[in-house]
Amino acid sequence: MKTFDLQAIYVMWLRQMKHFVRSKSRLVTSIIQPLFFLFILGSGFRTISMPGLEVDYLYFLSPGIITMAILFSSMFTGISVLWDKQFGFLQEVLVAPISRISIIVGRTLGGATTALFQGFIILIIIAVLGVPFSSVIGILSAIAFMVLIAFTAVGFGLIIASKMQDFQGFPLIMNLVIMPLLFLSSAFFPVGSQSTLQTIAFFNPFFYMVDGLRGSLIGKNNVLLPQIDIAIVIVICIIMIGLGSYFFNKSEV
Amino acid sequence: MDIIKTNQLTRKFDDFTAVDDISFSVKKGEIFGFLGPNGAGKTTTIKMLTTLLYPTSGSASIAGHDIIKERNDVRQNIGVVFQEPALDIELSGKENLDYHARMYNIPREKRKERIKDVLQLVDLENKQDTFVKFYSGGMKRRLEIARGLMHSPVVLFLDEPTLGLDAQTRRAIWQYIRKMNKEEQTTIFLTTHYMDEADYLCDRIGIIDHGKILVMDSVSNLKTSVGNDLITLSSTNMGDLIKRLEKESWIKKLKNQDNFLTLYVEKGDEKIPLIIEIAQKLSIKIKSISVRKPTLDDVFLSYTGRTIRENNGKVNPKDMIHPRFHRG
Repeated sequence: MKTFDLQAIYVMWLRQMKHFVRSKSRLVTSIIQPLFFLFILGSGFRTISMPGLEVDYLYFLSPGIITMAILFSSMFTGISVLWDKQFGFLQEVLVAPISRISIIVGRTLGGATTALFQGFIILIIIAVLGVPFSSVIGILSAIAFMVLIAFTAVGFGLIIASKMQDFQGFPLIMNLVIMPLLFLSSAFFPVGSQSTLQTIAFFNPFFYMVDGLRGSLIGKNNVLLPQIDIAIVIVICIIMIGLGSYFFNKSEV
Repeated sequence: MDIIKTNQLTRKFDDFTAVDDISFSVKKGEIFGFLGPNGAGKTTTIKMLTTLLYPTSGSASIAGHDIIKERNDVRQNIGVVFQEPALDIELSGKENLDYHARMYNIPREKRKERIKDVLQLVDLENKQDTFVKFYSGGMKRRLEIARGLMHSPVVLFLDEPTLGLDAQTRRAIWQYIRKMNKEEQTTIFLTTHYMDEADYLCDRIGIIDHGKILVMDSVSNLKTSVGNDLITLSSTNMGDLIKRLEKESWIKKLKNQDNFLTLYVEKGDEKIPLIIEIAQKLSIKIKSISVRKPTLDDVFLSYTGRTIRENNGKVNPKDMIHPRFHRG
């Protein structure tokens, strides 16, 4: 057995793809929900003046929405390991002569692919809406951020899935951890103007993702340089994927 | 040749011992069954033998490969049908098989051929493109058996293969199990708490209770060990009758349960008049009496002191503490 069994990785990836394409409701909501946020928040807050806002609110909001869409989607894939646990399919995978690393890699790639697909759709919609992109390099850098966000969130999802026995705790984590972190990440409003919020943001992993994506994509209103953000996000990503693999490896069925 | 060999295999969950020091071996081409009530340690044994759980102590080997040191060789050689369905319900039956084949690195041409073969074996050719979520319980089970056979494993593990299925489907599944044992020379290790299933399918069975193997032998030997015939009777004043009958040397064993007295004897037909005579002398009235050949039920009763059903209904406080470890 090889550590990286390409066939096994492919199977895991393909399975995610089929699930995603076949689950029409997931396909629709995953695109509609961020658009709701974009349009409703965007048009609602566009008219009010926000301290610290340097660009049109819609432009400011766009990177935040992309981050949110990728985060939710990837996390869902990580957590979907729980489904496999509950429906017993995980056992079938674990008795197969393939390494656990292959299973994790396949799943992570699958989750990242679907998340990026959604991210790109929103990116295109934003472009159509006329959000001014900073530069070609900026867009490439933004794509790098999107990939990193996707992998980080899959890793985080894996941690949750390995630690939880069922779905009871899922809404709790969503409402008490993810949503507050997202609100404090500058995804929806600038945090730079208030020093306490800014200090909190520095302890928030989502902040570096949103800030980096914003810096790359529109080149305005970012607190840190995208280069600094990306370095931090890479570290977070490695930690999350590492922990996710570790816990997944350790979990018994 | 021994395909499965275990040596003092033990698994503990905290202070609860689910599998306690069991040693047994299964020969090539055999259908071997673990018979025991829920919570006896059957599933835990299967999980250890299929590399899903590490043993606390002891060792085991499958087709000559150690289950701890050579996990991947073991995995390559086994097929498993779990107690709970382990299918991807969002995929079609054929896709489930195809994914399985890919995970076991079966080349493309062979894959197609095997999928056709195993689907035919379990009569699911017409349903191969239907999503598994639209399958009935019996169809899912059949698909799982087919999947377990995809990579032509040396040994197939079946954990309660007919749990919760109707009588007709169960019979069909038994046929498939026999067929594959014969046609593919697959060694089969199954667990069950159904007496009729063990009786019908297994060449040899081990009776397992509280994590220990109580006895292990061929089904016919086990039945003769109980006695050639069983006489069951009910009467007035049962206590006196028992006291008197206990003195008779031709009664091998005597069990009183639910107001029915069971006697283990030879040549049961000839003993009925004797018993009636004894009863009349004590002026005890016999209400009913019958003689029959022993079943596995009787074997189980004789070795554990209770019937398998009565055991399933009873929950001891310890089982409540770790419900998820007690799946048999």
